[in-house]
Amino acid sequence: MGLTKSFKMAVSSIISNKVRSLLTMLGIIIGIAAVIILVSLMNGLTGEVTDMFSSFGTTSLTANIMTRAVTTKVEPDEMYDFIDKNPELYKGMTPRIVVSGELKLPTSGDDTITSTCNGVSEDFYNIQKLDVAFGRFIGYADCDKSLNTAVIGSYQAVYFFGSCEDAIGQTMRINGSPFTVIGVLEEDADSEQSSTDDVVYIPYSTAMQMNGTTVVGSYTVDAIDEEHIDAAKARLEAFMLEKIGDSDYFSVTSMKSMIDTMTDMLGKMEMFLVAIAAISLLVGGIGIMNIMLVSVSERTREIGIRKSLGAKHKHIMSQFVMESGVVSCIGGVIGIIIGSSFAMLAGKLLDMSVAPSVGAIMLAFSVSVGIGIVFGFLPARKAAKLNPIDALRSD
Amino acid sequence: MSHLVELENIYKIYKMGDNEVRALDGITLTIDQGEFVAIVGASGSGKSTCMNIIGCLDVPTSGIYRLNGREINNYSNDELAEVRNKMLGFIFQQYNLIPKLSVLENVELPLLYAGCSDREQRERALTSLERVGLADKASNYPAQLSGGQQQRVSIARALAGDPSVILADEPTGALDSRTGRDVMLFLQQLNREGNTIILITHDNSIAAQALRIVRITDGRIVYDGPVSGDRIVARQMAAGSEEED
Repeated sequence: MGLTKSFKMAVSSIISNKVRSLLTMLGIIIGIAAVIILVSLMNGLTGEVTDMFSSFGTTSLTANIMTRAVTTKVEPDEMYDFIDKNPELYKGMTPRIVVSGELKLPTSGDDTITSTCNGVSEDFYNIQKLDVAFGRFIGYADCDKSLNTAVIGSYQAVYFFGSCEDAIGQTMRINGSPFTVIGVLEEDADSEQSSTDDVVYIPYSTAMQMNGTTVVGSYTVDAIDEEHIDAAKARLEAFMLEKIGDSDYFSVTSMKSMIDTMTDMLGKMEMFLVAIAAISLLVGGIGIMNIMLVSVSERTREIGIRKSLGAKHKHIMSQFVMESGVVSCIGGVIGIIIGSSFAMLAGKLLDMSVAPSVGAIMLAFSVSVGIGIVFGFLPARKAAKLNPIDALRSD
Repeated sequence: MSHLVELENIYKIYKMGDNEVRALDGITLTIDQGEFVAIVGASGSGKSTCMNIIGCLDVPTSGIYRLNGREINNYSNDELAEVRNKMLGFIFQQYNLIPKLSVLENVELPLLYAGCSDREQRERALTSLERVGLADKASNYPAQLSGGQQQRVSIARALAGDPSVILADEPTGALDSRTGRDVMLFLQQLNREGNTIILITHDNSIAAQALRIVRITDGRIVYDGPVSGDRIVARQMAAGSEEED
């Protein structure tokens, strides 16, 4: 018996029982849609997180030092020496000093905003892959001479000076000290407060003076490339251990391993969520089996007629398996359509790039076909095993 | 020479608790190519069991059944299905058409299971429908036809596979006497064309229209011979002609 013929037979049987077929599909529709939505959202989230971390530089290593242990410190100059001696592993480095700054104009009186001011070196520009829209980034001279120069985000520029362009060369006060604006960063997030555009960079040496400290608590070191990140990390650790003497007082983490850990965690979370959604697929499959069993009982006489006309075991099997397979398959397609639309809608609402992957759709489709075949098997076998005389006699 | 249908000492015994019910109690019967045989008996006589066994829908408890010289006792279910498909055509009292399939699709079914191509199924089914004069109803559904027409469709279905034996189980039972007579005339015509027909009925006047009568009572053959020799039929015919006079 041709596949097309049994496919046509299955479709006509499904059409003749529209409402029931739809209800049967519902479990599969919901299950597949849930899986698609979850997979798409989790993929979007993973992408988002990875992008965010990657923007900090996938080759960067962060060394943190417990500054409360007063005897242990690594001077910026020592760190520079170390980096310069190992050019095959490192491209550059920057101390990281954070100053909480109250920003105002000399003329603006009480009109202030509070921003985090990051004390960094000139290398930070490359490590962080920043784009300066106007002016320049902090340079070697700024750090060497501890100049009061600042690179600001477009939020501060627009807030104080009206536009990014007009900010260059202007003076603003940070915690009372006058700073010259030497650069404005490229707008990234509509110049909103607390966004990536709300940012101030000053020379690290200036920041140390402002904090009244001679100790740097954190360095970001840029490894030469991703392949050498492990070697770069190991050598940095060795250097830190030599300087500090106790591995409990410092830590070195690579951005790449953080991204990997995060991706791994999100992946596990995705598996977990999909597993929960898959339960509804199981329930859907049982629903199909249930309806197919009812359908076999209802069509006992038809099965008897077909058998009396010479239908073999395989003919009856393929008829019913095809029917449950097609029901499940249609349910799967509807589920994929609903799931994808919901995922894309959610992506729009959450402002995330959410797209159901082709792989997930293919998998969902094959799973739904598989469910139909597996759960249709038992009812089909029941039908195929019917005794023709008993089947013919039933009403 | 081998017979077309050959039953040798066929028993069919049902066990009901401690009791044994002998539906067929040693039936020996041969039917040759081209015969028109009526198997007659009251309900419960075993004639239906007999027809199920001849129709390969059931297997005997003991005895040998040869169809076209092949002993089919030990056939598997699938092999029996193939025998039904290739050698037997059924005409049922309740027509047994599948309501959601069109007339054409119903007639195509045995050809579908025989593995014919779509085109061959269609052509042979249409030819068969032409033989019963219903080619114009091919795309209708069974429910749109009268009882007599439905029975003719089922005859077309039985003929479609070009079977060796046509088994008609009370073919007129659900029809009024006039359409019933038409169906019988059609069966007689098929027989004249060379088809072997086995008719199962409880109705003596229907049985009388065959050429040979096999009368079964309590699972045994009590008469096997030409219609004219059957006492009960003869008596009824006589009574009938008296009434008509």
